[in-house]
Amino acid sequence: MGMRKVAIVGAGITKFVRRAQETGKELSWQASKMALDSCELTLDDVDMVTLGTAPDAFDGVHMKGEYLADGAGAIGKPYMRHYVGGGTGVFSPIHGWFHVASGMADICLVVAEEKMSSCHPHPQGAFLTIFDHTTEQPLKPTLIWIFALEMNRYMSTYGISKADIARVSVKNKRNALDHPSAQIAENITVQDVLDSETLCWPVNRLDISPASDGAAAIVLASERVARRLTDKPVWIDGVGFSLDTAYWGTRDLCYPRYVETAARMAYDMAGIKEPSKEIHIAEPYDPFDYKELHHLEGLMLCPRGEAARLTAEGYTARDGNLPVCPSGGALGVGNPIAATGLMKIIEIFLQLRGEAGKRQVPGTPRCGLAQAWGDLMQVGTVVVMRI
Amino acid sequence: MKLEDFELGGTNLKSSDFKQGTVLTTEWEPDLKYAWDNGVAIGRYLAELKEGRIIARACHSCKRIMLPPRMFCELCFRPTDEWFYVQDTGTVNTFSIARVNWDASRRGPDEPALLPAVIEIDGASKGMGILHMLGEVEPEEIRIGMKVRAVWKKPGERTGAITDILYFKPIAPARHTPPAKASAGAKKKVKTKARSKAGAARGKR
Repeated sequence: MGMRKVAIVGAGITKFVRRAQETGKELSWQASKMALDSCELTLDDVDMVTLGTAPDAFDGVHMKGEYLADGAGAIGKPYMRHYVGGGTGVFSPIHGWFHVASGMADICLVVAEEKMSSCHPHPQGAFLTIFDHTTEQPLKPTLIWIFALEMNRYMSTYGISKADIARVSVKNKRNALDHPSAQIAENITVQDVLDSETLCWPVNRLDISPASDGAAAIVLASERVARRLTDKPVWIDGVGFSLDTAYWGTRDLCYPRYVETAARMAYDMAGIKEPSKEIHIAEPYDPFDYKELHHLEGLMLCPRGEAARLTAEGYTARDGNLPVCPSGGALGVGNPIAATGLMKIIEIFLQLRGEAGKRQVPGTPRCGLAQAWGDLMQVGTVVVMRI
Repeated sequence: MKLEDFELGGTNLKSSDFKQGTVLTTEWEPDLKYAWDNGVAIGRYLAELKEGRIIARACHSCKRIMLPPRMFCELCFRPTDEWFYVQDTGTVNTFSIARVNWDASRRGPDEPALLPAVIEIDGASKGMGILHMLGEVEPEEIRIGMKVRAVWKKPGERTGAITDILYFKPIAPARHTPPAKASAGAKKKVKTKARSKAGAARGKR
């Protein structure tokens, strides 16, 4: 297709916390500086900057992209913000990939930031306007409703229990004990999840990731530059993204078709024929525990309706056949929306380089995937990476 | 590189930091108002709700009868063709028992749970669900596949809003199916299997 190869060569991240003392700009600066330092570059080396950040309503700041530009190192440079709800963080490297693959940039700094804590009493309130203002908002919905509706449909379709699903939360929170950015890492049991407060049945408190503040950044480079910068470039071999209808009540709630569409696009580009054999490690988006299962099926890494059983058998454990969310995911590390997706990209980057420390999965994974999802449960973003 | 080799940014604040005044914040409470125009399709939808009827739009190309109605078909990308009354009955596609309000505040111990559901309306194409509420039902009796009917506000109290339907309630397990109120041109669908399931669930009580 006449596109250049693109590699990730550096990464930076802040801690994920419930409420950060730092502003969004300061968090963005911390992650961006760390990413540049990690590959021994300075801002002068950067040709272009892209930034991902989710709703302006969290911050009460209009045109957040412009507001955050200073911290993202974008002043005086070609700069664009992207925003596809919860799918933003995995779209971030895709946005930067276009700049480098096209030949327009040799080095692109990709930043993702979220500061949810500014919105009171709870950032959930900002989600009211995601729903149709005429046909849905008058019913005063919360975003948790639609997750509860989707989880119930998923459980009922395949006969999956709440305990089956809770295992994901247990696994990810435990994995997060080894992640230095983690906000809510802990050793809990399935019973703890089931005993936690019921928010919207079937969703309990410990089925959900927290609201978080945090930022992450990566450095993308063209092949020529990447080989000069590092002996371990991690290649972005496939990208995919897809959007389904906002008429969410019309969709098949037990299967995320938009994730499959995005995955097929990324797999085709990466030459992947049998994803469950060729993908060695995965970081699907897990803002709710059932979503990890949902997404594993949409990504065609597990047969439909089988992801819960495979999780129970340890298939997705850090030392399982397909380690899933070895970082600890949104459920364990935390969920500053856009930054979470990029945290997952960074985890695959580190795992493929063998630099994930205590989180390192056994064997030598050569091919990994990160995925995120968002908007009105309608967008899928997928990146396939190889070393 | 290893994350462990870096000193990571991000300083977690605690509530004590605010109580002791060691951290200062600036607050703003916006007082914005929005007035959303209903548009052509939803405008008619709401006008019909005010009359106690549910109206859909049909696309002759993909043969879908779409709810909520729309003036263009997003799949065929062409204008839709005609208005189409559907019934005020349907099937529960999925539901939740919600103890949380829209702003994440919790329902009080004396407040009943909210019962949001996706309801597939009879007469619309299969899978055309809308978000609405369930009522006149014990939460533990709700089943996916349950047949339900709209409970409307009184005619004089309707304002042309989605809330002109108060909620959907289970259809009693009667043998006789009452005719739909405004079914001009609407297909009549009776799902006896789903009905008997709902009946069985209610019978357990």
